[in-house]
Amino acid sequence: MKNFAQLIKALDGTNSTKQKVEALVSYFESEKNEHAKLWMVALFTGKKPPRFVSTTLLRIWCAEISEIPLWLFEETYHIIGDLAESIALMLPAHNRSSDVSLSDVIGQMQQLKSGSEDQKKQFVLHHWSTMSNDEIWILNKLITGGFRIGVSKNLIIQALASVKGWTNSQVAHTLTGNWNPNKTNWYDLFDQQNIKTDISKPYPFYLSYPISEENLSDINKEGWVAEWKWDGIRCQRIQRSQNVFIWSRGEELINDQFPELLNNASDIDSFVLDGEILVWSGGRPLGFQDLQKRLGKKNPGKKIQKDYPVIFMAYDILEYDGKDIRDTPFSQRRNVLESIFQNNIKDQNLLISETLFFENLEDLANHRQNAISINAEGLMLKSQKGIYHSGRKAGEMWKWKKQPFTIDAVMIYAQRGHGRRAGLFSDFTFALWNDQVLVPFAKAYSGLTDAEMNEITAWVRKNTIESFGPVSSVKPELVFELAFEDIMLSSRHKSGVAVRFPRISRWRKDKSSHDIDQLQTLKDMISSR
Amino acid sequence: MKSLIQFTDIGLYCPQANIYIDPWRPVKNALITHAHSDHARSGHQYYLSTKASIPILKYRLGSFINIQGLEYNEKTQINGVTISFHPAGHIIGSAQIRLEYKGEIWVVSGDYKLENDGISTPFEPVKCHSFVTESTFGLPAFKWKEQQVIFDEINQWWRTNQSKGVVSIIAAYSLGKAQRLLQNLDMSIGKVFAHGAIENTHEVLKKQGLSLHETLKVDNKKTNDFFAGSMVIAPPAAISSTWSKKFGTYEEAHVSGWMAVRGMKKRRNLDQGFVLSDHADWDGLNTAIRATGAENIYVTHGYTEIFAKWLREQGYNAHVVKTEFGDDLADINETP
Ligand SMILES: [Zn+2]
Ligand SMILES: [Zn+2]
Repeated sequence: MKNFAQLIKALDGTNSTKQKVEALVSYFESEKNEHAKLWMVALFTGKKPPRFVSTTLLRIWCAEISEIPLWLFEETYHIIGDLAESIALMLPAHNRSSDVSLSDVIGQMQQLKSGSEDQKKQFVLHHWSTMSNDEIWILNKLITGGFRIGVSKNLIIQALASVKGWTNSQVAHTLTGNWNPNKTNWYDLFDQQNIKTDISKPYPFYLSYPISEENLSDINKEGWVAEWKWDGIRCQRIQRSQNVFIWSRGEELINDQFPELLNNASDIDSFVLDGEILVWSGGRPLGFQDLQKRLGKKNPGKKIQKDYPVIFMAYDILEYDGKDIRDTPFSQRRNVLESIFQNNIKDQNLLISETLFFENLEDLANHRQNAISINAEGLMLKSQKGIYHSGRKAGEMWKWKKQPFTIDAVMIYAQRGHGRRAGLFSDFTFALWNDQVLVPFAKAYSGLTDAEMNEITAWVRKNTIESFGPVSSVKPELVFELAFEDIMLSSRHKSGVAVRFPRISRWRKDKSSHDIDQLQTLKDMISSR
Repeated sequence: MKSLIQFTDIGLYCPQANIYIDPWRPVKNALITHAHSDHARSGHQYYLSTKASIPILKYRLGSFINIQGLEYNEKTQINGVTISFHPAGHIIGSAQIRLEYKGEIWVVSGDYKLENDGISTPFEPVKCHSFVTESTFGLPAFKWKEQQVIFDEINQWWRTNQSKGVVSIIAAYSLGKAQRLLQNLDMSIGKVFAHGAIENTHEVLKKQGLSLHETLKVDNKKTNDFFAGSMVIAPPAAISSTWSKKFGTYEEAHVSGWMAVRGMKKRRNLDQGFVLSDHADWDGLNTAIRATGAENIYVTHGYTEIFAKWLREQGYNAHVVKTEFGDDLADINETP
């Protein structure tokens, strides 16, 4: 655990990518415990140790040892914002350090899964009283399963590539899918032969950046292809030797959520499609709120399948007939994709994403305007020459999202933030006029600079009408322009409407609460779409 | 009977003595706990503070202000109210203010900490019936280590940077934290520079007899090589600004109680955060309150509601008081 804690501290103690990669490389080279190293890679690429104890018990035990009431624990946790950290801060401070290894701790956790509550408590309290506070924080992260500390998978990939002398993309591919740190060893994990024999193995996803004005001017009909940016669940559909595997972008196998998409769709020995799962009806996708009915739902019943029918919308092909074709240009991959949809695929739940005709940028802008009518998020722009990269890359594939809706609203509640925003008022509720009454309709917390948040915090302190714990009602004076992606009628909301992804686009210091919009203006936007 | 201290919307007020304590609007008579700008504001007609606070108050508010000073524990009478200043351990000259009238005793703490920082006169508990306390770090998540542990970390960080030729820039509140930091740096490691705002404060403090390690002025004409490996002390506002750029390759750190929270460090995009505060931590606040023997506790600054609720559960008669003293971030943001 010491080596691991030191690594985390080194990673946490710098903002430089170069230094982070150096710290990782030196960890990989110096850590002698192979099993610990495997677990380290597993943790940083999204795998989790078993959950063996509820967070409720952790909170109760921590409050007990720290000799504070549970409500005070909860309030403090709310402000710190992170359970693992809150516990590490509230336990009595000490300067000890533990010799136990990362893999041993995880091994004990796996055994405890079937243990009694007493055994679990004994394990937790033992480590809490022997580890340093930094180590306790890491232990708690392992127990609660949320291991994110500002080190992206990409950095791990870079570091391993440098240790192994491989390309980033080779390492990325090695680390996808179902490998299990308990059932493999350092050598086998990186054995290229094993990658070939695992028929469920997905490829790393290729992700895009939003396009800038400058890059937009480079788009032309000769070199580029435009498609809808579908608003569904990004997935990879793998079919190999008549077995189908559907991987989400978070690399979770989600076969059991979408039985409709598991048919043996073609006689081709193997093909891997990149695309999006959509709820589909009458030749077009339904909105995201319909898709939500299918999210995370395992083994959906007949009724759900009938009410929210899904399809897989394919827009790229990464493997064809046993061959990895990611390094061929997009135009060629597109040809393969069109050809198999024409000749080989006989499954009505698999569709191919159409390409959009355009002569010039005006045409593209028009398509983008129309995205809302087909429930798409905007456009994807792909270079004919582009290969299928691993991870997020700029230059050969861009997203051009549709313009958000905007409305001017007044702030009526402010709430104290936590974590990064501890000590600031950072979460706000906004209202619009309904005749003479202000009706709250959206909460937003993103979009302000730190300086603006400091200024608003000072203002809230002086203009609070009433406080309810962390929430303050404030004089309706500050006006903001809010942006949001979508809007729908909702009986659950007081305002009668629900907006999707609301955020603050700017502070309208030039406006007062008399200048803000009416609720009706918002409702009119529903009919306009 | 009217209360000895009233909480008004311009400040804490003692009607019997017709005097305010750390008022945030201009008044006729003001008692000042310490020279931080959220407690000592300009525009009052008469100031009374500790003698040790006077030079810095004059420097910050103007040499023309009408001010008198008392020694710690020295008593004065205003219309029957006995007033005295007692060490708060927060910064140089900082005091808790004790007011007594017809046997009733109030103590207004201003800001305080219990650990002896080697520069401020150490905190002394004062018995009273009613105690006005801060609660900047009034959550059980805030537990400070001894300052020596933190200074060892800071010196180690400097040493590591120095060996790589990297400049260490450290953000510290210019009155209080900066001196505490400077006095505990291992001066054998390398050169120490101070931002102009801090240099000026040091001039004032040295004149009143405080001995401080020597710092070098930041000279704009110098090249990066001149600064390589040195330590730079700067106010928080100068951090991550164009001002830092002149030092070439550097790392930045904050020194504040808030650095205990990872998110606060991340928000500022800092390389390092050292957990050191001039405010009392959770145990410090509780110890100080117990030591006053007071029944009535009035809670200002910070997590007031939570802390007051906790105190009520401990059997105190505790209330939240709304003030305009520095927000909970006073420890980290330099107020102008
Ligand atoms: Zn202060
Ligand atoms: Zn203060």
